[in-house]
Formats: sequence, C-alpha cells, structure tokens
Amino acid sequence: MYTEKVMDHFEHPRNVGEIENPSGMGTVGNAKCGDIMRIYLDIDENQIIRDVKFKTFGCGAAVATSSMATTMVKGKSVQEAMEVTNKAVMEALDGLPPVKVHCSLLAEEAIHAALWDYAQKNNIEIKGLQKPKSDISEGEEDEEY
Amino acid sequence: MKHVIYLDNAATTKTRPEVAEAMMPYFTEYYGNPSSIYDFSNPCKEAIAHSRETIAKSIGAKTNEIYFTAGGTESDNWAIKAAAEAYQEKGKHIITSKIEHHAVLHTCEYLEKRGFEVTYLDVDEFGTVKLSELKKAIRPDTILISIMFANNEIGTIQPIKEIGEIAKEHGILFHTDAVQAYAHVPIDVNEYHIDMMSASGHKLNGPKGIGFLYIRTGVKIRSFIHGGAQERKRRGGTENVPGIVGLGKAAEMAMQDMKERAEKETFLRDYLIGRVLKEIPYARLNGHPTNRLSNNANFAFQFLEGESMLILLDMEGVCGSSGSACTSGSLDPSHVLLAIGLPHEIAHGSLRLTLSEENTKEEMDFVVEKLKAIVERLRSMSPLYEDFVKKNSAR
Repeated sequence: MYTEKVMDHFEHPRNVGEIENPSGMGTVGNAKCGDIMRIYLDIDENQIIRDVKFKTFGCGAAVATSSMATTMVKGKSVQEAMEVTNKAVMEALDGLPPVKVHCSLLAEEAIHAALWDYAQKNNIEIKGLQKPKSDISEGEEDEEY
Repeated sequence: MKHVIYLDNAATTKTRPEVAEAMMPYFTEYYGNPSSIYDFSNPCKEAIAHSRETIAKSIGAKTNEIYFTAGGTESDNWAIKAAAEAYQEKGKHIITSKIEHHAVLHTCEYLEKRGFEVTYLDVDEFGTVKLSELKKAIRPDTILISIMFANNEIGTIQPIKEIGEIAKEHGILFHTDAVQAYAHVPIDVNEYHIDMMSASGHKLNGPKGIGFLYIRTGVKIRSFIHGGAQERKRRGGTENVPGIVGLGKAAEMAMQDMKERAEKETFLRDYLIGRVLKEIPYARLNGHPTNRLSNNANFAFQFLEGESMLILLDMEGVCGSSGSACTSGSLDPSHVLLAIGLPHEIAHGSLRLTLSEENTKEEMDFVVEKLKAIVERLRSMSPLYEDFVKKNSAR
C-alpha cells in the first residue's frame, strides 16, 4: 500500500525527538482524525534552520511525511522552508495513497506552525506564512450510497 | 516467505484442508447445474441437500429454513431490507444497536433514507446491549429487532436469548447477525427465539463467498435476489455448489470440535490478555472480560495509533487488525470503540488479535515481546506521550 520511500521513512524515521528551548515549536492535527504532529526548530541568527526534530502520533504515512518534511527543511533558511509544501513532501516520498494525502498537509502545517511560533517570538515576518489552523481535518462529505 | 503468525481470524480463517478436498470434485467432476434434469446433476442436488441438512441440524432448524447466500453481508441485507418491505404495513420502525457490523448499519441507514425509522441502542462499557433500553425502544410500529450475536471487533457476546424473548413477547421479528458466532458458540434458534440469522462460511474455516440466512417458517419475507427458482424461489442464481459443499463440511467439522477448540482458544486468549495487561503500561482490554468470543482479544494502547502498530507487527510477520481510522479509510476510528465510551485518541490505538486453535503459546510469547518493543517505540515518538510524561513529572 505504501511506496518504498514511505516505508523507509516509517521504519527509520529521521529527526525524531525534541529540542530543548526551541526557536519555534508547532503542534497541529487533532486526536479525532488520529494524527498529531509536533515540530521543533532550532534556527540560528541568520535565519537558517540548524536543527529540526519531530514527534508524531499517527499512521505510517503521518510518520513518514513528518520525517521527510524534517529532512527537507534542515539546513534551509526559513524562507526556503516555506517551499516545502505538502506536494513537495509527497513527491519526495514517491506518492501517498489518496486517503493519506491529508497526512502530507499536516506535515506542511506543522512546519508552518513552528515557523509561525518562531516569527512571533522574534517579531519577524516570513513571506507567505499565515497563522496556522489548529485543525486540518478536511471536512469530507460522505458519498451517497 | 517469513513465518507468519496469523491473528486475524475474525477477518477470515484458513480453509480446512478437508473442506477444500470435499469441494474439489464439485469443480471438476460434478460440475452439472443442480437445476438440470439429467442424472449427471444428481450428485450436485444431493450435495446441496446434505449441506443444508447439516447446517439446519447445527442450529436446531428445519432444512427448508436454510437459504444459501453469498455470505454474511448478503444475508444481513436480505433479512433487513426484505423484512422492512414485507412488514411496512404494520410499521416502519426498526431497532438495532450502535455496534453492529456495517452490513447491518449501512442497510439501516439506507432504509432511513426511504422512510423507515431506526433506533440505534447504546451499549454499556463492555459492549453489551442494555435490555432495559431495548424494552424502552419498542413501539407499536416496531417491526424488526436486529442485534448481532457476538461483536466482530471486541468479541462481546450479546444476551441473545433474553433479546429473543423480548422480541417474541412483543410479536416483533428478531434477526441476529451471527457471522462471528455461528459454529463458535452453541446456537439453537428455538431456544433463543431467533427468526432470522445470518452466517458466513469463511469465518468457520470454510470457503469465502458462501453463507446462509436462516428464515423461520412463517416469516413472510420475499426474494431479495430475483431470478430462477433456486432456494425455493427466494434466492435466484445458480447455486455455488462447491461453496455450499465447503460450508457444509466446515460446519460439520466446526460443530464436532467446537468445545475443545473453544477451550484451547480461551486458554491462549487469556494467556495473551494476561501478559499484555501486566507487562504493557497504559493498556486496556476492550469488550467483556469473560463473556466474549473464545478467540478475541482487543486492546487499546494509549498515546499511539493503530495503523503504525499494525505495520510494525506486520514486519515481524504478525497479522492483526485495528479499529484505527487509518485502517478503514475514514477519519473516524471504530464506531464500536466509540460506542463503548473510548475517547477518540484511545480508540485510535486499538489492536484486535483473533486467534485460532492452530496458534501456540510460543507464538503468544513472541507477539507480546514484539508488542512491548513496538508500543515503547511508538510512544517514544508520540507528542501525546511526551505531554503526558511532562505533565506527570511537573506534579
């Protein structure tokens, strides 16, 4: 059901953990839909993401997307990190099953939430960054049967 | 192939070799159409009659009360939709429970959209239907009560005899989805006052694609699958002869060794449950502690999500299932776990292991050891566990 890359990132997740006194931290998702992601960022004075850690409560795809997203933002500037979209994460994982696309949205949201926290604390503006939503459930309507 | 420990017997079971063997001649030798007139088809007719007799006997029914179907889902659909249609003059109210299989729930929802009213009974924390609630729900226009014999997720066995008595007292039809229970626990349709009962072959070491619906004589429901004159004109379509033979053989064998099988499964089940609850923190057993199917263990592990657990177990060769939303393709976790009162985040971390008599104590030990490591690993990366630990250490 999952691609080899998804399985690799699920089995050997990169950057799991916490950062003490992070420059930014964001938690998104909700227990109702079964996915919660938390991202910790350590950002230096040049606005480069020096380190990133994550913790995720969720399915295989949720773990893999968080892991992949952290590898994609590490070493980037905060502005470059904005380019790590859910689509980019999905492509890097060679795709996700349709029912799991919301997991990649969650990864993008989690990064944004951590960046937002950092921007708020340091009173800076990151282009294109909006206040994160706390709930990303898609509000899908059940099909008539 | 790696060694597989199959613990998903509520999903489906291995077909017994004797069953497969009994079926074989009906593919290649006795392939005639049972409806044909020539002698060549006689063995097919006889085989069907023999299976019907075996099954009727196994539940205390008459042979003309057994109708072969394609499985449990078809049986449920037939019983509920056809009863609703046949008895709508009397009323349009149906009573069922919140923990039924989707074959019942979605059929009821379908009827709701067509003018029927359905009461979905709550269950207690163990998943048992409350008889007092059932009595309260009965109205003059109630035409059908449909309550499952045993739950497919948490294994809880319902007070079927009492429900049957209540239904009979009020002159209401009683259907039970016995897909998980038939040939696993003793069932007598007369003692339990069952009017209709659904069962499926592949849950009792028989083949897939075959099941039956018991319909008590006098229940006036009509055909659901229209076509030829098969099954006393009530279920059209050329009979699945190999399937019917396989179901009959599986039922015969399952009835013979039911008691010892249940004893063996119960021992393994309780050993597994005992070790898990003792050795894994923040774990709970879902379903009734004793009044449950002999092969069903259902756990909830706090702070983690079921699908991740299943994938990691799969990597160790262990087949289990989960009521996690992520395994069902929807965002909501199991309706059964929510109905017994579990909060969403705990319901997401459920694991169902359903055993067979072929499992061993060594396999249970292997599973517990792997499970301990998997739970620890997933918790170490769970933000919910992190918050929990921080909150506790701050105290």
